[in-house]
Amino acid sequence: MDTQEEALAVAEPKQTTRVSGSVALLEGLIAEGTETIFGYPGGAIMPIYDAIYDYKEKLNHILVRHEQGATHAAQGFARTSGKVGVVFATSGPGATNLVTGLADAQIDSTPLVCITGQVFAHLLGTDAFQETDVINITTPVTKWNYQVTDANEIPAALAKAFYIARSGRPGPVLIDITKNAQIQLFDYEGYEPCNHIRSYRPKPIVRKTYIEQAAALINEAKKPFILFGQGVLLGNAEQEFKAFVEKSGIPAAWTILGAGAIPTDHPLNVGMLGMHGNYGPNVQTNSCDVLIAIGMRFDDRVTGRLDKYATQAKVIHLDIDPAEIDKNVKADVPVWGDCKETLPLLTNLINEKTHDSWLAEFKAFEKIEEEELIRHELEPASGEITMGEVINQLNILTKGEAVIVSDVGQHQMVACRYGKLNTTRLSVTSGGLGTMGFGLPAAIGAKIGAPHRQVIAVIGDGGFQMTLQELGTIMQFGVNVKILILNNQFLGMVRQWQQLFNDKRYSFVDITSPDFVKLAESYYISGQKVTARETLVQALETMLNHDGSYLLEVMVSKEHNVFPMVPQGCSVSEIRLK
Amino acid sequence: MSNSTEQQEFTITVYTENQIGILNRIAIIFSRRKINIESLNVSPSEIEHIHRFNILITETEEVVRKLARQIEKQVEVLKVYYNTNEDIIWQELALYKVPTETIVEKVVVERLLRENGARAVVIRKDYTVFETTGHRQETDNLIKVLQPYGLIEFVRSARVAIIKDSEGFNSKLREFERMEPGQEVIENEFLDQPKNVFTM
Repeated sequence: MDTQEEALAVAEPKQTTRVSGSVALLEGLIAEGTETIFGYPGGAIMPIYDAIYDYKEKLNHILVRHEQGATHAAQGFARTSGKVGVVFATSGPGATNLVTGLADAQIDSTPLVCITGQVFAHLLGTDAFQETDVINITTPVTKWNYQVTDANEIPAALAKAFYIARSGRPGPVLIDITKNAQIQLFDYEGYEPCNHIRSYRPKPIVRKTYIEQAAALINEAKKPFILFGQGVLLGNAEQEFKAFVEKSGIPAAWTILGAGAIPTDHPLNVGMLGMHGNYGPNVQTNSCDVLIAIGMRFDDRVTGRLDKYATQAKVIHLDIDPAEIDKNVKADVPVWGDCKETLPLLTNLINEKTHDSWLAEFKAFEKIEEEELIRHELEPASGEITMGEVINQLNILTKGEAVIVSDVGQHQMVACRYGKLNTTRLSVTSGGLGTMGFGLPAAIGAKIGAPHRQVIAVIGDGGFQMTLQELGTIMQFGVNVKILILNNQFLGMVRQWQQLFNDKRYSFVDITSPDFVKLAESYYISGQKVTARETLVQALETMLNHDGSYLLEVMVSKEHNVFPMVPQGCSVSEIRLK
Repeated sequence: MSNSTEQQEFTITVYTENQIGILNRIAIIFSRRKINIESLNVSPSEIEHIHRFNILITETEEVVRKLARQIEKQVEVLKVYYNTNEDIIWQELALYKVPTETIVEKVVVERLLRENGARAVVIRKDYTVFETTGHRQETDNLIKVLQPYGLIEFVRSARVAIIKDSEGFNSKLREFERMEPGQEVIENEFLDQPKNVFTM
């Protein structure tokens, strides 16, 4: 205490500079390591845009064509780079256009910091021009949000925003800054990053007892099964996870967002979970004796019918978010904490093992799936082109080194099921929210986040038409993304359900498309359309080798269904191969 | 605690930062599940800058536990407890405005008020305001009693509740500790040192 007081007594008054709120904001962003901002200007954020005019050297601003595109691009950036995505938007419609992206980032735990302009503080609540109550609109879809009405608050609010967005279970954060605060000059003391908020505990303290209990269960297990999700990636725990899997010898299956935490080809990677996941992992969920869930949240698309889900198994649940424990599936052993910390502790206590006969059961299921389904999907001898064969040919050409960004629908399930991933952070998709239109803008951000990788946006004809305005962004900023449209001339996933469950009553799923190649051409983006199998590989090669962005439209089988499938209301072990 | 799948009254106690918007953040956790908040009290706690919520709902324990965790994960929430009626001492405060005339004239009213533990807060020529505290039935009862004598206005506060295990605040924490990892350390360490930590 004494030393503290002494320190205070001799402390020099802090050096300050007189700057506007806008400048303080940009300085803060730079201090946080921000290089790229996805944004769109407007009246209430003009002071910030005026300030950024002088920061062009330090901050790369990507002008999107719609604010929703900015959020998805920032998500794509965050997913491939592991950094926080930053978004600027103006008040009113600018801010409301962020909502879909925020909801997507919230449900998929993607770190974003969104800055919205707001009307002058004295106009708040008066229905001023372009005023919306952004804070209240975005409360359900943000991890945290805050309205700044005084420039003095900006540095601390921004520091808090970055800290909250990236720590613990990441998520989107929004700061709404009134125009007066952007303009206001104040004594800026420099930027102090935030690393503690008393009411916020990003990481629960690891409990040794639970680690011990979990290890005991694992060591006694005859048929243990690992389910892993995005938590492994978000915790940067891929190495720790691999060590755990390899020492335990336990077969591991992934959720759609966990894809790539260990390579597709890893001998213990037994495939994808859930509604359109692989045969073995779904069936075996209901025959394992210990289920080890790591960084995943038992989404209903993963569990199918809950009261028939793994009821025979003891469940060990590793998660950083205590609210996920027991939310959907009751955990026998809750291992709360960051899996980067808990996995090594667990690995230490488990016996080195193999589970050969148990693993062989998975391989047997794999063989059935391979013969009855996958073979026909990936290498059809005749008939129309399938989505699966396009992805398969892509795998052969990219060798599993490319980033695959997918949109939402049938092509997404195919891209995720069959996409080959040699390493982490190569798959970017909208998992929890299922946002059609996510793919194209997300690919822009994904490329900026992973500039040295080939980035391929696999998109359906429906989803592409939801956000195709972002072709303008690709054009203007020369973003080298390859756009692969799998066109089945339908809103395929809904059509599939209508076929299977609504007696083929195809209600408004028949969607027509413009000439996508010509459309791309009008944005000065090269492209071609493939309708015949013989030209597919050549076309994919042309796309990949093209210097710059490219659009390849592939006409695929019109009424093809994605299988396997766990029909809604069914148990995972009732998965159908056709 | 009784069956976790049986609906009953739960009083949820939430300690939060005094921050604009936190009320909405907490309220939507209930409304998104279409759960009605039956009574809500928010006021400063004994610790400066920390507010205490008392939220009354009727639900199953299973749901309440999930709600509590979802509330607790909000950035500005320090701690959440949930308790059944057996676990707490609670009171509601009620005010009744009655014409002074009737009280003066009718002896029976005075007796009724006394029987119901009502105290006069304000006495004016035209009306008198009585106050009573108690459980819902008790405050309800006095409404019924006063209605025939020209009850002008009535208001009732939300439930405020003390957790019986008050000395056991720590034991409660230890109980939670088994379910949740050591939040009490961080919490209590910093609760009274606002200058060492970020506040906005």
